[in-house]
Amino acid sequence: MITALELGLIYALVALGVYLTFRILNFPDLTVDGSFTSGAATAAVLIVNGTDPFLASAAAFVVGALAGLITGLLHTKGNINGLLAGILTMIGLYSINLRIMGGANIPLLGEDTLISGLRDVAGSGWTSVLVLVAMALVFKLIIDWFLHTDSGLALQATGDNEQMITSFAVSTDRMKIIGLMISNGLVGLGGAIVAQFQGFADIGMGIGLILVGLASVIVGQAIFGTRVVMQATLAVVLGAVVYRLAIQFALNVGLNPNDMKLMSAVLVVAALLLPQWKGFQRIAQWRKNRTALDAAGDATLTSEAKTHGEKVR
Amino acid sequence: MLNVSEVSKTFFPGTVNERRALDDVNLQLAAGDFVTVIGSNGAGKSTVLNTVAGRITQEKGVVELENRDVSKLKEHQRAAQIGRVFQDPMAGTSPNLTIEQNLSLADRRGYSRGLRLGVTASKRERFAEALKVLELGLEDRLRAKVGLLSGGQRQALSLLMATLSQPKVLLLDEHTAALDPQRAELVTRLTTKIVKEQKLTTLMVTHNMAQALEVGNRLIMMHEGRIILDVSDEEKEKLAPGDLLAEFSKIKGAVVDDKTMLQ
Repeated sequence: MITALELGLIYALVALGVYLTFRILNFPDLTVDGSFTSGAATAAVLIVNGTDPFLASAAAFVVGALAGLITGLLHTKGNINGLLAGILTMIGLYSINLRIMGGANIPLLGEDTLISGLRDVAGSGWTSVLVLVAMALVFKLIIDWFLHTDSGLALQATGDNEQMITSFAVSTDRMKIIGLMISNGLVGLGGAIVAQFQGFADIGMGIGLILVGLASVIVGQAIFGTRVVMQATLAVVLGAVVYRLAIQFALNVGLNPNDMKLMSAVLVVAALLLPQWKGFQRIAQWRKNRTALDAAGDATLTSEAKTHGEKVR
Repeated sequence: MLNVSEVSKTFFPGTVNERRALDDVNLQLAAGDFVTVIGSNGAGKSTVLNTVAGRITQEKGVVELENRDVSKLKEHQRAAQIGRVFQDPMAGTSPNLTIEQNLSLADRRGYSRGLRLGVTASKRERFAEALKVLELGLEDRLRAKVGLLSGGQRQALSLLMATLSQPKVLLLDEHTAALDPQRAELVTRLTTKIVKEQKLTTLMVTHNMAQALEVGNRLIMMHEGRIILDVSDEEKEKLAPGDLLAEFSKIKGAVVDDKTMLQ
């Protein structure tokens, strides 16, 4: 249970990265499968060679961001379809990751890592969960803040209405590249921390990661809502935790770790199909009416708009 | 202020669909000119606007803004000095952002966008003040998402956003065509008011002859990629919709589209 919570909070970084591309930029970025492993590989190699684990993790962010930069350039300057651009980078990274690691696997046992540091300070109980909650929240808040800056608003508008933001002198190419870099940077950092958590970096650890990220984003937002950015990012963090708990539950009822990719896929399909089911729509409508009533009650005080007919973000 | 000289553009060159959209078009706008552009479908009205905006690259000719050749600049680079309102009321605003966030994006036109907060208390005050001009009560709904507004409200907001940072040139592409008559009237009135107050150099494409005659100080009529009529000031004041129709019928084979006939 505690392990699942801890892993979920670490994967929240990945989920926030996927949220930036998938929801904010409206760009299905498959680079993450590769950049996650790149981050893990970079951090692992650096740590084994005696680099400070904080620095090593920061380097993982940079390497992830570079992967995002490549996808961004392929897509915007090379006019390659976004999905294909991501796939190309992801496949190319497989070889690069093997080069970085010099093999398919780097063990981190006995090394000083962020997680060994955490264990020294906070043990492996609820205290360490709290530390990881704080970490996930810090990143969530940084993203909230960034999305409200001049640049962040331009990034949101790029995913929302390209024609409009171009007419206000913003280069959508540049915004997409920035978005992809931040996103993959977060994913690379996530990979670095996951490697330190499990005690090794492995060439296959990123396979199917996009589904883990998507599942967290979609499940989280379906359960916890998306009305404003702050709520949406919180939903993403919680979604990552819920996803881990669901995996933990599946393992407990007898599925084995090899079944997990199928589980992820089924979970995403369920999260995408359920909202189309009539019975579910009725529940959603009922919920919406209730919030609309609440909002109407508040309207005199806040004159805030109601949640009616809003697009899911 | 704006100088379009000898600009030509052909769509789908070398195919059966080849169409000459602009044919050696020359157009000069002095600072403060408010020019309305009319013409049948396919006359090249929107192509002129899109060429000025940089959305379409001309094959030949030069576009100059304040004596500076902007022909090579990309759309978003030219946009630093050009404000635009589109025909589609959904096109000029970002639906998932709030009214104040949209205004903040418009406010930064031509300035670098860094890591300062997009909406601050002082900006909010300024935006609310600007919104009062629209008389739609939007100043009380600053934090509502723009996607919740009606088409007319969104188009009025688009107009305010396009003019918020005082662009050198304002391009209006049939921006009232998709609205109901009442809203169209409101947006037209706001356009006249804002253009007059800010003395904006404006190019407005319209399907509506009455509107083309009523607003602006100059009118041009286009046909098959060429400017066939250019009247300004007193000469324009004397014109009536009938005269324009007569002008249209002079052109052999010109098809006046339904909307134009209805005016």
